[in-house]
Amino acid sequence: MSAAVQTFTPKAFHRQAHDALGNPQIRDNFRRAMDGLMSKRRDVFSDWDLETLRELGANIRLRALAKLPDLLEQLEANCQANGIRVHWAADGDEACRIIRDICESHDARAVIKGKSMVSEEMHLNDHLEQAGIEALESDLGEYLVQLNQQTPSHIIMPAIHLNTDEISEIMHTKTGTERTRDVDYMTAAARQQLRERFMAADVGVSGVNFAVAETGTLCLVENEGNGRMTTTVPPVHIAVTGIEKVVEQLRDVPPLYALLTRSATGQHVTTYFNMISGPRKADEHDGPREVHLVLVDNGRSSIYQDDELLDTLRCIRCGACMNHCPVYTRVGGHTYGTTYPGPIGSILMPHMLGLEETKDLPTASSLCGACGEVCPVKIPIPDLLVRLRKESVGEGRGNVPGAGVKRSGKEVAAWKSFQWLATHPAAWRRSTALAGKLQALMPSSIGPWTDHRTAPKPAKASLHALVKRHRRGEGEA
Amino acid sequence: MSSREQILKRLRERSDGPLTAPVSDFAVVTGRGWDSAERLARFERLIGSVHGEVVHAPQARWIEALSEVLVAKGVRRLALGREHPVPAEARQALADSDIELVDVDRDIEAWQREQFESVDAGLTSTRGGIAETGSLWLWPTADEPRLISLVPPIHIAVLDAESIEDTFFDVVERHGWAQGMPTNALLVSGPSKTADIEQTLAYGVHGPKALVVILRHTAEVPA
Ligand code: SF4
Repeated sequence: MSAAVQTFTPKAFHRQAHDALGNPQIRDNFRRAMDGLMSKRRDVFSDWDLETLRELGANIRLRALAKLPDLLEQLEANCQANGIRVHWAADGDEACRIIRDICESHDARAVIKGKSMVSEEMHLNDHLEQAGIEALESDLGEYLVQLNQQTPSHIIMPAIHLNTDEISEIMHTKTGTERTRDVDYMTAAARQQLRERFMAADVGVSGVNFAVAETGTLCLVENEGNGRMTTTVPPVHIAVTGIEKVVEQLRDVPPLYALLTRSATGQHVTTYFNMISGPRKADEHDGPREVHLVLVDNGRSSIYQDDELLDTLRCIRCGACMNHCPVYTRVGGHTYGTTYPGPIGSILMPHMLGLEETKDLPTASSLCGACGEVCPVKIPIPDLLVRLRKESVGEGRGNVPGAGVKRSGKEVAAWKSFQWLATHPAAWRRSTALAGKLQALMPSSIGPWTDHRTAPKPAKASLHALVKRHRRGEGEA
Repeated sequence: MSSREQILKRLRERSDGPLTAPVSDFAVVTGRGWDSAERLARFERLIGSVHGEVVHAPQARWIEALSEVLVAKGVRRLALGREHPVPAEARQALADSDIELVDVDRDIEAWQREQFESVDAGLTSTRGGIAETGSLWLWPTADEPRLISLVPPIHIAVLDAESIEDTFFDVVERHGWAQGMPTNALLVSGPSKTADIEQTLAYGVHGPKALVVILRHTAEVPA
């Protein structure tokens, strides 16, 4: 029952969307999950002044970005003072190499991982595997997705595309558990399987939700406790994060945490908020003896250059934009073929992969505006989608790799002619009159437009002409 | 040029020019103005909503409450610290009981499997609580290390009613967290849980299956 290993690419978005739309299981799984998440979010914010809180969230993130280079240096200095070793990576490959080197310096063979989207972004698991190091995901959803040789379909709930029966089947086939619909049984089985792996792990790799410059503190948000295990049980902890995750002060953290949990899953709080400010001290009895922080750029400093695109970097990865996206809900996360799916993916991935690869993503939106309305840090996602559409046809500032990839001479000429006609009334009238006369010549099939629609037919007389006639009293309009 | 220099240089030489940092107004995350009854009620409601169990006890008789919890939960091996008054008093009271007390002032390397497989519960003190979210705040120490609130299937936490504050922001500000963070600071709100299998809640996926809060009162215990 579990889907065969399938690779998705952003280039094949249209075909993948077509397939997903034809898969009632996927549509059902996502529809139900997203409906639940939307109503939970609504309820949990009901007694809050949400607008003021979002305003503060956006403001804290903007302040961090405004001071970004200084804060990164401050974060580095304070982490080092706390005993955390700090590494910088220009791209995903460099970050993978840094992590592999740390692992190799400890002769590590087994890595246990807490949830980290940045590590997905740089394909860390594959990289380590090639070096003979096994990387095992410990977040239950990530674990299931990894067992099934898939990638996450949601940034917060990685296995949201799978239902209970599918998960039971995956666990049965891969780990030998009984086939069951008993979620407690499956959870307990995973607990048992993973506890052994925590004990045996040489290195723990985690992400970071907020890195506090003021104190050199790494904050991790989670419900399961696998994040705490990952960052406490193995002798070495490597935290990996995008350079934009830094915040200036400790007091910036509570508002962002309040926004994150409520926006993501409609929870007023998560089970654990784990703040790490260093390795095990001499007199302490547990915790890693070494903590590393890997700061990853991977396209972020390019986004940083442009006043409008900069807003993308405010993101706190809550996933609310995908939960509320009518396109995401229908096609699911894998369809996008990128690490980050949904609206945030559509505004982020073009910078990481270039518009040649991702040109369809900014158009995977009806621009209904829901994503922008729910975003806890007020990222104007629809405006950014429009900006990327412009970039892809060469009408932007050229600040995105692959800008202009969709530019077509024919299309440009067509719009130029239209623009000319629409600003020259006499010519416009002549041409609409002509279109009416040539009505019969209108082709019945005009590309994708007519896949699901009938072709438009120009009216015999334009509305303009009809109104004119009506005004002159020549019959009904 | 190293990646570090390259990244910092690109950020500093931003093509659209330097950015202005706005000033933040934190009013929305503080100033709740709850009285102690309301604060307590909120704490209990919120932590209850995430499956935390609250047991009220007068300050002077909290050990009795602890004993009842240990019996009710069938705890035979309890991991706990030594120095902090909470484990110290518990040790004294439980010395002659059937409950085996497990020392935690040992490097984890020496007893990892024992901790993972044969401890029924971990007892810890807490530094305070947060009413708005129903959270406990813990700063693990050498005496009460990080893993005893995580690895055993039950976490029993002792909290004083007066140490509950309104919001997380209030705690961070009033206790000057920024002036000195411990190796690990934690907020704990309920037992470990997951909803990764089709949104169905399940407890104890990696950490404790149960969180019991023994809430000590110096004033009258609420009914
Ligand atoms: S863009 Fe906004 S809504 Fe989407 S994940 Fe980021 S913070 Fe959340």
